[in-house]
Amino acid sequence: MNKFLATSLIALTASAASAQELKLYNWFEYMPQELLDKFTAETGITVTMDTYDSNEALLASLKAGKLGAYDIAVPGDYMVKILGDEGMLGSFTPDEIPNHGNIEEQWLNVPFDEGRKSSVPYQWGSTSFAVNRDVFDGDINDTAIIFSPPEELAGKINVLDTSGETLTLASMHLAIPQCTSDRDQLKALNALVTEAKASWASFGSDVAKDVLTSGDAAAGMIWNGFSAKARNEGANIEYAYPKQGVIVWMDNLTLLKDAPNRDSALAFMNFMLEPENAAALTNFAQYSGGVKGMAEFLDPEVANSPENNPPEGTKTVFVEACPEEIQVMYDAIWTNLKK
Amino acid sequence: MAAMAPGGASNSEIYKGNAGKLLLPTWLVIGFFLLIPVALMAIYSFLTKEFRGGVIWEFSLTAYDQFFLNRGLFGDEPPSIEWTYIGIFWRSIWQAGLATVLCLLIGFPTAWFIATRAPRDRTIWLLIVTVPYWVNLLIRTVSMKFLIRDEGPLNALLLSTGIIDAPLGLINTNLAVQLGLFYSYLPFMVLPVYAAVERYDFALSEAAADLYASRWTILRLVILPVVKPGIIAGCILVFVPSLGAFLAPDLLGGAKSFMIGSLIEEQFKGAAGNWPFGAAAAMILMTIVMIVLLVYARSQTREAKA
Repeated sequence: MNKFLATSLIALTASAASAQELKLYNWFEYMPQELLDKFTAETGITVTMDTYDSNEALLASLKAGKLGAYDIAVPGDYMVKILGDEGMLGSFTPDEIPNHGNIEEQWLNVPFDEGRKSSVPYQWGSTSFAVNRDVFDGDINDTAIIFSPPEELAGKINVLDTSGETLTLASMHLAIPQCTSDRDQLKALNALVTEAKASWASFGSDVAKDVLTSGDAAAGMIWNGFSAKARNEGANIEYAYPKQGVIVWMDNLTLLKDAPNRDSALAFMNFMLEPENAAALTNFAQYSGGVKGMAEFLDPEVANSPENNPPEGTKTVFVEACPEEIQVMYDAIWTNLKK
Repeated sequence: MAAMAPGGASNSEIYKGNAGKLLLPTWLVIGFFLLIPVALMAIYSFLTKEFRGGVIWEFSLTAYDQFFLNRGLFGDEPPSIEWTYIGIFWRSIWQAGLATVLCLLIGFPTAWFIATRAPRDRTIWLLIVTVPYWVNLLIRTVSMKFLIRDEGPLNALLLSTGIIDAPLGLINTNLAVQLGLFYSYLPFMVLPVYAAVERYDFALSEAAADLYASRWTILRLVILPVVKPGIIAGCILVFVPSLGAFLAPDLLGGAKSFMIGSLIEEQFKGAAGNWPFGAAAAMILMTIVMIVLLVYARSQTREAKA
């Protein structure tokens, strides 16, 4: 009996050593299965992927004990900064990832990860809103569409169910800075969203595309690639570039602290920095990549989509991570909005 | 003394010596899955929150203060009663209560109908009641959404038959949430009530009728007291999960207004990341449920004495 146990233990450890794994924690609908299969075929590393639906949900899950369970997560820009400040990131040197040089110049020295020591670009895009053109055919390039909507759209609007992006867009509508501590500005923000809520049908992030294709909503806050997908699925919608600006973000493959399979993680980052693979991801997610030499592999439809080509002079804003004493006021506004 | 074990000792005597050991699994389950988690939650509700999730191990009453006292948007006004969370709790209790009443109104006749069929048919009817519940709750809730949305089959049917001339606009309303709760928890009412009615001796009804009791009197004075335990069990099984539900409010109500469940979820999963407050809200919810159950238990004992 003991002999049997010993042999099976040896067999177990041996198989653990030979079968390389990668634990990936990613947004929903953000990774084509074919790409994972290709990675496994090339490297022999099997990938397990779990998903989340907001940067905050990712942070909460890591804080609640999942740190050490995953190798790579895909946080947005400000969340990379927060995870870094919380000491939840691993690090690497550029020479550990042969394709590190493929990162586009503009995405190399980013404020949230100076010199790219913990993360590499995944996708970047914008957040604004899309409008069903069968319902409303006026000018949509104004955040008033969401915050003081025309009659045709009132009561048929979906907003993202995350305070970060929704309150940031509201701040842009009021032309007030993010993370403000000015009382009048905060009161104005509170009043704006409370009043606008009367014209909103729903709050939802993972359903942002579905509500537009199903007709549950006639206008909705949405990410540009998700909007392109909704359009490709037959909804007659147009993605707006409001004169107040759009929110810009970048999601990043990020090495987590205590990654159980660090080597697999670096191999995966290297794989995703291959122009062909980065292009395959972009063709699927329909945002933009941050890798040099992708152009020849891109679907012209994706590369030339209206959602990926903002008009000249579109203002862009990154979501900021507020300090604690200010964040509590934004939390209070959000709770007050949904009470 | 009908049940005698070999050797003459009664069953209860045999079990007496082993009572401790036999109860061990129960205590392990209660300890691991009830007492320890609840104790942890109680402790967390009295700790200091860490920014963006997590706790600092310092005693604090801030979470309860935040729940009951309103100090204004900037936290420096003189405290007054905070109605925000009480309002959220009241909405949830109202929705859960209404769902319980609806489930009872539909569930009782259903259970009665099933229990009065021939024994062979009962199994089939019970199967029919439970089959939809083999499917995951999330999928059933999403299906409900597909059915009742403005462009969905329900509106299409009503529009094409001319019963209505504009979509009902059910989706993203409290009514839709109510429909979701009712549909989700109906079998939790039907099954315990069925179990009670099935044991009901119909000779009692006949006896009452022979004594000139009206049908209403029979229901009120003969049937209801006998099946009451089943009804109470059904009400608890519907009310308690409805109270903490967050799928139906999210998917059918459009997540526009917090219910208790989504308020607590937001504290652990959302931007607020306020674990002590989430724990405190959960403790307050549990206290309310406990009080309701205790009041019920006391009224039962009083009745038993009388």
